[in-house]
Amino acid sequence: MSSVKHALGASAVPRWLHPLAWWAWALGLAVVVSRTTNPLLIGLVVAVAGWVVARRRPDAPWARSYAVFLKLGLVVIAIRVAFTVVLGSGFGSTVLVTLPSLPLPGWAAGVSLGGPVTAEELLLAVYQGMVLAALLACVGAANSLASPARLLASVPAALYEVGVAVVVAMTFAPQLVQDVGRVRTARRLRGRPDTGLKALAGSVMPVLEGALERAVDLAAAMDSRGYGRVGPMSTALRRTSGGLLLLGMLGICAGVYALVDSGTPGGIALPLLATGVAAATVGVLLSGRRSIRTRYRPDPWALPEWIVAGTGVLAAAVAIAVSATDPAALVGQVSPPAWPQLPLLPAAAVLLAALPGVVAPLPPGMMSTRGTAPAAGRRAPEEVAA
Amino acid sequence: MIRFDDVTVTYDGAAAPVLSHVDLHVPEGELVLVVGRTGSGKSTLLRCVNGLVPHFTGGTLRGRVTVAGRDTRTHPPRELADVVGVVPQDPLSGFVTDLVEDELAYGMESIGLAPDVMRRRVEETLDLLGLADLRHRPLLSLSGGQRQRVAIGAVLTTHPQVLVLDEPTSALDPGAAEEVLAALQRLVHDLGVTVLLAEHRLERVVQYADRVVVVPGAGEPLVVGTPAEVMAHAPVAPPVVELGRLAGWSPLPLSVRDARRAAGPLRERLEPLAHDAALRARSSMHVVDGEPAVVVEDAVVRHGGVVALRGATVAADRGEIVAVMGRNGAGKSTLLGSLVGLHTPSSGSATVCGVPASGLRGRDLVSRVGLVPQEPTDLLVADRVADELASADRDAGAAPGSSRTILDSLAPGIHDDIHPRDLSEGQRLALALAVVLASDPPVLLLDEPTRGLDYAAKKRLVATLRRLAEQGRCVVLATHDVELAAEVATRVVVLADGEVVADGPATEVVVGSPMFAPQVSKVLAPQPWLTVAEVAAALAAS
Repeated sequence: MSSVKHALGASAVPRWLHPLAWWAWALGLAVVVSRTTNPLLIGLVVAVAGWVVARRRPDAPWARSYAVFLKLGLVVIAIRVAFTVVLGSGFGSTVLVTLPSLPLPGWAAGVSLGGPVTAEELLLAVYQGMVLAALLACVGAANSLASPARLLASVPAALYEVGVAVVVAMTFAPQLVQDVGRVRTARRLRGRPDTGLKALAGSVMPVLEGALERAVDLAAAMDSRGYGRVGPMSTALRRTSGGLLLLGMLGICAGVYALVDSGTPGGIALPLLATGVAAATVGVLLSGRRSIRTRYRPDPWALPEWIVAGTGVLAAAVAIAVSATDPAALVGQVSPPAWPQLPLLPAAAVLLAALPGVVAPLPPGMMSTRGTAPAAGRRAPEEVAA
Repeated sequence: MIRFDDVTVTYDGAAAPVLSHVDLHVPEGELVLVVGRTGSGKSTLLRCVNGLVPHFTGGTLRGRVTVAGRDTRTHPPRELADVVGVVPQDPLSGFVTDLVEDELAYGMESIGLAPDVMRRRVEETLDLLGLADLRHRPLLSLSGGQRQRVAIGAVLTTHPQVLVLDEPTSALDPGAAEEVLAALQRLVHDLGVTVLLAEHRLERVVQYADRVVVVPGAGEPLVVGTPAEVMAHAPVAPPVVELGRLAGWSPLPLSVRDARRAAGPLRERLEPLAHDAALRARSSMHVVDGEPAVVVEDAVVRHGGVVALRGATVAADRGEIVAVMGRNGAGKSTLLGSLVGLHTPSSGSATVCGVPASGLRGRDLVSRVGLVPQEPTDLLVADRVADELASADRDAGAAPGSSRTILDSLAPGIHDDIHPRDLSEGQRLALALAVVLASDPPVLLLDEPTRGLDYAAKKRLVATLRRLAEQGRCVVLATHDVELAAEVATRVVVLADGEVVADGPATEVVVGSPMFAPQVSKVLAPQPWLTVAEVAAALAAS
């Protein structure tokens, strides 16, 4: 008990939680959402995720993406509802309003434009939209709690270089947005239209040129700083690791195919998949031996990590178990429309997933930067030039 | 430490080599300043040191470059990462991670240092460069000077014996530049790091250099010598050196302190002339009476949650050249932006020629006010100079060929078929100016026009701005360059935190300011002299 207390006491010291723990937690919640259409349970998941984000989000640019994910979720719900209204499904009997119907030619049979809009189909659309929005909220939460770059640091050495390329590509998107803004400004300064299609076409080339120039600069900088340095590796070892990777990939493909295809004898799929995964893992580990990279302050996997990841996995497990034993509890009833009941067991598990908001350590810098930074008058020039 | 033996570099497709038969030896622990015009091959010389030329850029390198005994022929840049640290011109473009601490560790991770060594070196570097308070900050939230220091720290952690920097202070305000130079100074003195540094702003760095290498360009041989030797014959030199030459001081002073100690007799000679000179020097301004061309009144501009201008009030007449100064992020760019309608004040107003700027679009805008942004290339869209000029004429509704005439008056001899990106910085600025001036706006705004300009290009810019003001235009420039402001400005406005803290004639505002005083004024204070030319004219007249 005292060791538990000690470990939790240590969590009061600000540090980065292992990024994989946050992702396991968020994906656990996402699994809950994917198993249900019960709006109360979905709402609870979003609320829990939001509360944890509010308490443990670092003060960093990537953490500001959470709001974007939430807004995207609202857009998804709106689109889902709009589609239902326009296309309809003819399901349900409580007609709310009847839209003028548009007859479609014979080849489009099965699709109808307009017609009656029922309460049941609207409700179903809202529930399904909520599922998608909640999934986005879970991914957004993981994204803002754990920086993509820190997640990258935990990938195996052999995949590291590929990972860097991905992260660099991700940081390019916001810079591209900045570039578009700059080019539009320049067009306006020259007295040209800065909105509309023509303006967009006119700004493509300068933006791409800028992006390319930056890419070359970054490549030169990374090269100068030792990116891609490798240790010696024997030809035999290189061939072995390459061969294992190839075999592993083939095994995984064949295994997945066998698993999905009902015509294949059942006993063969799982062994095939397992062998493939094993071969690929050994291949990755072997080729990782060539990399001489070391890790600066790797995030430890301690008690807070176990708790954070555990609550997420537990919520997912409860949801899966309940969906197998009592599927009705997880379905938001639409026909006839009824006020949903909160299923107690899954709800308790989801509530437990709010625990990270208390036990996870604060991200570093949250205390100090709130107080002292950003230093007055020393803002980044971009912010002001923007 | 660094040795160039008969090095000749030719880029693919180039007719002539950029560097030819370069012999250079830099011993350990020296701070070497590399100067030369844009396009002279300065950057090529720097990039040879860690093998980026030719491993990364392509081209052919004849001869041999060795660093700490390693030949760049057999060692690509990544194999030199533990002996040479390269800080790129724009630090942001070279950052790989997103937090200060991770960025410092990145290079060490790449070369595979043990975790405990990394931990210790990160802490040491944080202290060495004064970054300890910033360790958890995202890189994007740092100011320009902080970024530059992080970029230096990020290459220092691998304990390189050589540090190569390309224009480390060109984008910084005077205060931030001091920060960076002080850090470099400490590295050279305390750790014996060999530093190779390219910089246009000689006045900032020449006093710190042990030796100066002049890259004349066009394949001419390098000129190498102590700063005093090189400065004695250099066609362009910082004001303090020019003042020393004018007064015949020997040895030639390189720093304000040296000059100030030698300047006693000169100050006595100038004493009786000072009053007249101050009046006369600025009497050549042609302020046109009547309505002010530019009025910003009590303007508040917000970017998101950040208040960039908080109640700033500035006005400028035709015929005036107003320099807006202040540290990075003080609101200078926002002030200019609000005058072309890029930012609409949430309260207060910004008017140009009596019309609110925020509603202006298209020809209404360009016929009243022109803005040359920080990156003049932003304005240029065509593939050829001729197309650029033709489209500028069309945008402005001017007669074909009118912007060509303007360009020829600013920078003669720019060929029609060149791609704007292949021009030198000075030529590009001239082209952007020509594009803006095609519609003959009475108000001209320039944001940081001397960034990346060498002394010759700066001289031409000064002449151009004076001519434009004489023609009755109102010129407003936002700048960090105190020497430029001293040279051309009739009035200086100092912004801090979005507010106007000083507004008055250049002589009154900059003399006595520790940050914004030009070198001549620092040497001759309390007398109100700003430029060498003023002193020379006064001495000649007496």
